[in-house]
This record gives sequence, structure tokens and C-alpha cells, in this order.
Amino acid sequence: MKRKLLSVILGLTLMISTLSGCSSKSTETDTAGTVAPTEAAESGISAVGTTEMEVQGDDVTTINVWTFIALHQEFYTKMAENWNEQHPDKKVKLVLSNMQYDDMHNKLSLALESGEGAPDVVDIEVSKFPAFTTGTIGLRDLTDVIAPYKESVVQARLNLYSKDGKFYGLPTHVGATVAFYNDDILKAAGINYEEIKTWDDFKAAGVKYFEATGKYFATVETSAQWMTSLMLVQKGGNYLDADGNLAVNNDKMVEVLTYIKGMQDTGAFGVIPGGQPDTEEAYAAFNAGDYAVQIMPFWQTSRFVNYMADIKGKVGIAPTPVWSTTDGEAQSIGGGGTGTAIIASGPNADLAAEVMAFIKLSPEANKEVWNILGFDPVNTEVWTDTTLTQNPDNQFVQYFKNYPFDTLNAIKDNIGGLSSQTDEKWPSINNEFCTVTLNNIFENGMDIKEALDESQATLENEFQ
Amino acid sequence: MFKKFFYSQKIAPYVFILPFLLTFLCFWIVPISNGVLLSFQDVLKDKWVGAKNYQRLLTDKIFFKAIFHSVRYMIGTLVLLIPFPMLFASLLNSKLMKKPGLFKSIYFIPALTSVVVAGIIFRLMFGELDSSLANRVLTLLGESPIKWLHGELTSFFALLLLCCWRWTGVNILYFTAGLQSISTELFEAASIDGANAWQQFTRISFPLLKPTTIYVVTISIYAGLSMFTESYMLWAGKNSPNNVGLTIVGYLYRQGIEKRALGYACAVGLVLLIIIMFINIIQLILNGTFKKEER
Repeated sequence: MKRKLLSVILGLTLMISTLSGCSSKSTETDTAGTVAPTEAAESGISAVGTTEMEVQGDDVTTINVWTFIALHQEFYTKMAENWNEQHPDKKVKLVLSNMQYDDMHNKLSLALESGEGAPDVVDIEVSKFPAFTTGTIGLRDLTDVIAPYKESVVQARLNLYSKDGKFYGLPTHVGATVAFYNDDILKAAGINYEEIKTWDDFKAAGVKYFEATGKYFATVETSAQWMTSLMLVQKGGNYLDADGNLAVNNDKMVEVLTYIKGMQDTGAFGVIPGGQPDTEEAYAAFNAGDYAVQIMPFWQTSRFVNYMADIKGKVGIAPTPVWSTTDGEAQSIGGGGTGTAIIASGPNADLAAEVMAFIKLSPEANKEVWNILGFDPVNTEVWTDTTLTQNPDNQFVQYFKNYPFDTLNAIKDNIGGLSSQTDEKWPSINNEFCTVTLNNIFENGMDIKEALDESQATLENEFQ
Repeated sequence: MFKKFFYSQKIAPYVFILPFLLTFLCFWIVPISNGVLLSFQDVLKDKWVGAKNYQRLLTDKIFFKAIFHSVRYMIGTLVLLIPFPMLFASLLNSKLMKKPGLFKSIYFIPALTSVVVAGIIFRLMFGELDSSLANRVLTLLGESPIKWLHGELTSFFALLLLCCWRWTGVNILYFTAGLQSISTELFEAASIDGANAWQQFTRISFPLLKPTTIYVVTISIYAGLSMFTESYMLWAGKNSPNNVGLTIVGYLYRQGIEKRALGYACAVGLVLLIIIMFINIIQLILNGTFKKEER
């Protein structure tokens, strides 16, 4: 009898362990993007599978598309149907394959290197993009198909996927960095977030909040560089020098990190569990009101809606602070992203390029980017369409205290970018900062210059 | 002719080992030789770079950190996963033990779980939040919560705990099998001569378990040095802060897969192979496995 019970328990354990072994894989991809800030984690959905569009008619061109976020499939299909309605002479049928994040990029690089098995269209994550624009470039130059939309699309986002003046990727969203304030708990401490304009205001508000509540105001990042990069760009700094050489230990970087360290030393700014706001631990901390402010790319909206339901209706979005309000420095930078690229050697490359430019950049497509994905669309024409941006049925509009697009429109003409992000050295720099440098400074109390010198040496060794 | 070939006593042994030889050739020798060739190339740019990858290894502090972590982990597992399972196996094998089958099963159950699942659970147990299990225990002991997976020693502790939890049962199984092959007459004779349990263990069980011990030590050295999944899962596939959980294979993965520097990753892999071979050959010479008259 007992033996039977035991065998049942053993059998169950075996079954559970095998079952959970399968499903756990998706968790890996889900988190893969946190160190190298990616869009991969944006939807949290990474189902693997192929879907085919159903298209009526004889003269239909089949286009193979690889994605690593299942949600994009739905969006592409919807927009391709739209295209077919408008262009009955150039009908397309999308065959969409969704794969796991790492898997897809590895397959793509193998396909391009071997010259076989590549799709027509592929989504490439921003931190992986430089790897595909070095050496012989297998991607089609998209300058011609971008031209009709170029005026209304945020330039910094196009530059992100460019090399030597040619554009190779179609951006999905701007990812403009904004500040998310938990207005309710700030008000209770006597702070009006709309009055925070500069980093000094920000720091002072933090100290005031901390004195009133004993809780942390905002977070110091150790596993991402959303705020660090923003502050650096606002100072006119970079991770590389003018000639593109490694220079992570430059003076402006020291200034920025020293300033953040000063914020941490007040006690009002702490390293959040998880090391940055876009982690499971951090969602819980914000949801519980342990922290009041996040400096994050705009797509954090989807995290608020999905993971921080308890503070619904309390969060306001505002432009990020700046160093000085008078010198015209960038009000925001783009963070994360996915560039859709066309394989140059594909038989239908020209048509694919035209269709994808429509799907990614046209105003009608960009409305859906907001409606379906909740991202800030790259085509700023739609930003002013209040029927869209203030639609009371939209879950993102419902969640936030003010209209999210009010903030976007305020910073619209002043969204900067980080040029080192398009460099092939960027993935390694990013990785070094998010695992070693920032940890050394903000967790282990290492001297800032010393920590930066050490990272510079590590990176130089890698690229010798 | 055909018959003669098949019935030949000289040829038969080769036919029998042929399956092994073929798999050994296809899945070991060929990939390793290929790896040696790749380690002298820059695979992405498809050109030969001479010994550059190896030169870079020599000045790569992170690589040495990875070696240090792997070796430390290996030593830790050897210290914990050889003596204790041996002792537990002897206890389970003893006639005084009640319900040995139940205990064997309990010890063995962790080995049936997937490392991936166990890694996730351990990650949550050692989470940063004050409410994580490990921090709760600390609070109970009157200490303040810490970030377990950020520190060198605390994360080493988490890795070792995961390893012991998972592999103790398997090693017990090996040692039990070894113990059961020892004739009970020896123990009976010893007890008639007045030897106590401890003496029986040190004079009979331990020496006669030597072949099993050698086997377990050898695979433990290999497993310890090539550990990857545990650390990969404990940090959720991300690089660990300050590389506190980086192992040699983890570094190989990072370079080869994440950074697409396959040539460099091959060099890392070869160094790992050399280290494992070196340690294991020394170990096997020292305990006399290569001597002919043994066994």
C-alpha cells in the first residue's frame, strides 16, 4: 500500500518536472531582454509557431516573416489585410514564424552567413542590430521606401537602424524616456510633480519626500541604464569618443555617475530589488508604493497596465528632468526597440520593403501600434489625433492620471539618441555596465573613476 | 568468406566495439578537432587569426574569474558530495535503519526534477525581496535581509545548496550499489571479532568502496567544472551582477552564443577540456587506477 503511494508520488513528481520543463523555456526568453534592454520583454508573449494569412485571388506574392514577439504577428496580419484592400494589384500573403528571442537571432545570423534559409522580412532587436550591419550587409537599403514617411517619423529612431547614411530597419516605436510619478503618495508628502523641471529639483523633491515618508523616492539603476544614458545624452556625453573608440571612463560619464551617487547618498534614492524598474521584483515594489517615481521609456505603460494594477489612476506621466531648462538639451531619448529589416537577396525584396514600410510607418498602422501594443508610435502625425490619443475606451488612457500623449507632444521635437547604440561594441558595453560597472559603484561602493577604468580595461581587452 | 569474417575471433571484438568507436568518432573526435581549428579563427569574419584568441584569454580577467568560480564550485561539491552521501549510504545500508526504501526515495526525488525548475525555485527562494525564503530565515535569526545573489560568498552558498539538494540522492544510490556488492560475511566476521560500526565503516566499507568512489570523484570533477545550467537558471539567463555566478561554460556560452565570438568560445572550451583532463588524470594516477595489478 505504502509502496503504491510512493510510486504515485514519484510518478507525479516526474510528470510535473517534465511538464514544467517545457513551459519554463518561455520564461527564459521573457527575461533575456532585461540586461540588454529590449523590446522582447515588452509583450511578455513569446509563443512559438507559424501562422499563414488567408488571401483571396490569384496574383498573390508570399512573404515570409520572422518575429520574436507573437503580438507582432497579429499586428502585421491586420495591417497586411489593410494593404491588400488598398493595393489589389500588389496583394501579399504573409507567412509569419514566431521564434524565441535568442533562437531567432541565431538562426538569422546562420542563414545570412550560409546564404540559405533566410526569410524575406525579419524583426531584429535593437541591441542585436549592429551585428547585422557589420561586414557584408545582407539587409536591403530601405532609404527609398522610407522616403514618403520620413518627414513625420522621429529621425532618431531611423538613425538607430542605419549605417553610413543608409537605413536598414523600420522602427516599431519611439520608446521616449519619460517620468512616471505616483501622484497620490507624492501629493500626500506635499510634492507637486509638475514643478519638477531639473535634476536638482528632482533630487530636492526626493529628499523632501524621504523626510516626510521614510520611503524611497526613485530608483538608482544597476541592471539597466535608462536614466544613466538619458542624463549622459543630456550632458552631451557618450560611451565612445568622437572617433568611435571606447571611452566609457570619460569625464562626462564620471560627472553623471557622481551626480547619481550623490542622489543615492541622500538616502532618498535606492537600488530597487531587481536593479531597475522593468523587473518582476520592481513591479511589486512600485505596486506597493515603496517607490514613487520611475524614469523609463514610454513602453513601460504596458507594464503599469499589466503588472501594477493597484496604483491604477494614480500615476501621472511627465517629461523627464533636465540639467538646465535653458540650454535646449534633449528632453528624452529613445529606449529599446525592434527594427524590421528586409533580406536583400530575397526574390521579393522590393515588394516586401514597400509593404513593410506601409505596415510600420504609415499613419493608419501607427494608430494600431498604440491601440494594440500600447507603444508610442514613430509616426508623430498620429500623436495629435485626439480621437485616438484621448479615446476613453483605451486601457492606457484609462490607467494614467493625465493623457499620455500630452507629455509625448511636449517633448516631441526634442527626443535625442545615443549614437554609440548603433556601434558594434554597444552590446558589450551595455552588458558590462549592467552587470559590473553600476553594481560596483552603487552596490559595492567602489570609487567611480576606478570602476570605470576597470570596465574600460575589460572592454578594451575584448576588442583588442 | 562472409561466414569466416563474422566468426573470426580476431575480428569479432572490433565488431563489438564498432558502435562505440563510431559514435566516439562522430560525436567527440570530429567536433573536438573542428573546435581546435575554429579556435584559431575569427568565425564571424571567416579568417585565420593565429593564436590571437589564446593571447586574449591570457589577459582576460573575466575568464580567470570564471575558472576560479568553477574550480571553487568543484572543490565545494567534492567536499560535500563524496563523504556525506557515503555516510548516508552506509546508514541506509545498515540493518538498524528502519524504512530505508522511504529515505532513499526522499533523497532521490530532487534528482527527478528538472534543473531549470529547481533553478527558478531557488532563484525565488534567494530573491532580493525581504519576503523571500532565505531572507525570512535571516530575519528569524535576527539578521537583516541581504541580496543573496549579488555577493560572491552568498551566491556560492546558494549554488552549493542547490547542488547538494539535487545530487546527494544520486550519489547515495551509487554508494549503496557499491555497498551492496560487498559480501555481508565480512561484516559478520568483523562484528564477531568485536569491531564496532565505525571500525567496520573505515576498515571494510571505505576501502572496498574505492572503485565506486573513484567513479563518483571523476564524474563530480567533470560535472563541477562544467556546471552551467544551475548558474544560468539562478540568474534567469542574465549575466550575474559582477559575474559572481559566471562559470567556464557560462563564459563559453556568453562568448559563443551571446556575442557570436565562436572562435574565442572554442578556445575557452579547449582550455576547459585541458583543465578537466589534467585534474582527472592526476587524480586517477594518484589513486592507482592506471596500475595493472589493481582490481
